[in-house]
Amino acid sequence: MSGAIELVGLSKRFGRTLAVDDVGLTIAEGAAVALFGPNGAGKTTLMRLCATLLRPSRGTIRVCGLDTANEGPQVRRNIAVLAHESYLYPDLTATENLLFYGRLFKVRDVAARVRALIERLGLVGWAHRPVRTLSRGLLQRCALARVLIHEPKVLFLDEPFTGLDLEAQKTLHSVLADAHRRGTTLLMSTHDMPSGFSLCTSALVLASGRLAWQGAIAPGDWPSFEDKYHALTRGDADAGAAAR
Amino acid sequence: MLALIWKDLQIELRTKETLASLLLLGLLTLLVLSFAFDPTSEMREAAAPGVLWVSVIFAGTLGMNRSLLHEREHDCLHGLLLAPLDRGTIYVAKTAGNFVFMLLAEVIVVPLFIFFFNLPLWLTVVRVTPVLLLGLLGFAAIGTLFAAVSLRTRAREVMLPLLMLPLASPLFIAAIQASTQLMSGQPLGAVSHWLNLIAAFDVVFLVVGWLTFEYAVEE
Repeated sequence: MSGAIELVGLSKRFGRTLAVDDVGLTIAEGAAVALFGPNGAGKTTLMRLCATLLRPSRGTIRVCGLDTANEGPQVRRNIAVLAHESYLYPDLTATENLLFYGRLFKVRDVAARVRALIERLGLVGWAHRPVRTLSRGLLQRCALARVLIHEPKVLFLDEPFTGLDLEAQKTLHSVLADAHRRGTTLLMSTHDMPSGFSLCTSALVLASGRLAWQGAIAPGDWPSFEDKYHALTRGDADAGAAAR
Repeated sequence: MLALIWKDLQIELRTKETLASLLLLGLLTLLVLSFAFDPTSEMREAAAPGVLWVSVIFAGTLGMNRSLLHEREHDCLHGLLLAPLDRGTIYVAKTAGNFVFMLLAEVIVVPLFIFFFNLPLWLTVVRVTPVLLLGLLGFAAIGTLFAAVSLRTRAREVMLPLLMLPLASPLFIAAIQASTQLMSGQPLGAVSHWLNLIAAFDVVFLVVGWLTFEYAVEE
């Protein structure tokens, strides 16, 4: 299998802060990868770099075989980002938001696609209400419909379970697992180890912007992984490097 | 691009925030300044084009500030930046939206301006329209770009006029000069140099905006 995401010598600097430091990795097509790390480890920055929202200070990124520096629009056609924020316009209804994003991605028969997603995600009763009036769980379901509208090959998930109740977490989990079964590559940053372990088959650990560990994971293994994680992320990048 | 423009119009039709603020400030400026001059004085007629453009500048700056604000809520700007478009296209769509909103406001402000200053209706409309169209396009071009620059700054309401107005002053000087000469009865050909200057400004800032918008919105 070729790489859905390939990073070579990737670094990102904000002023004096090195947020991502010389990260190199390949994520295979169809993989589901959890990205763990403490706050400030560089997880969100890494996701944003891959999603063309940020430009690298050094190094290269290829997503679906396309160079993010020179083929941004083509890369963006193949990806989607589900973050804590919904990226939905509060004054528009769920349907209007989805139609808008569908048109941006030139989705064929966009109205039918929107209807199908609204039904699949249980949003029928809320489809014509302004997004401003929706609860956090419903908002995240709408955001999920937004990211699925153009059937992306790679999904970047940045803390997608944050602030959701158990029911909403279950729905999100099942839709993401279904997308993975259909061949979508997932890269999910999270602090929630049980969710990461149940959805993903491999993991990365970032510590102080550096890739401290990568390997396969299995559902239910997270309690034993926690000790390793704490050792990797304790202190600075040197601790992570030593553990590697 | 049409989807982007339609989305902004949809939001505006629902909230009416930008148009309401453009109209309110434009009319208020016009009203206050129309009382600053003696109704019988010749100064009043001479100052009229300047008054019109002052109201355009005040209201337009406020509208420009608002235009990108709804992209901040729920981080919608990232949603836009993730679209498979050249980022310059987003700039052009936003500029087009701002141009349309300012134009709609002027459709109401200009007749009232004519009324307050007791000017001939159709003659003034015919003479001011080309200057207004060109001037508003340039204003939208530079305003949208600097609204994007100031979007991530803390004091963005202050930053936008501070950054934009000095650079836009050639546009406003040319627009006021052209309007003054046209309203005093000179033919369009006599102000062609001012109109050319405004058109050149429009082209320069549309191209600069198209090329640099990506950097302007970057974190």
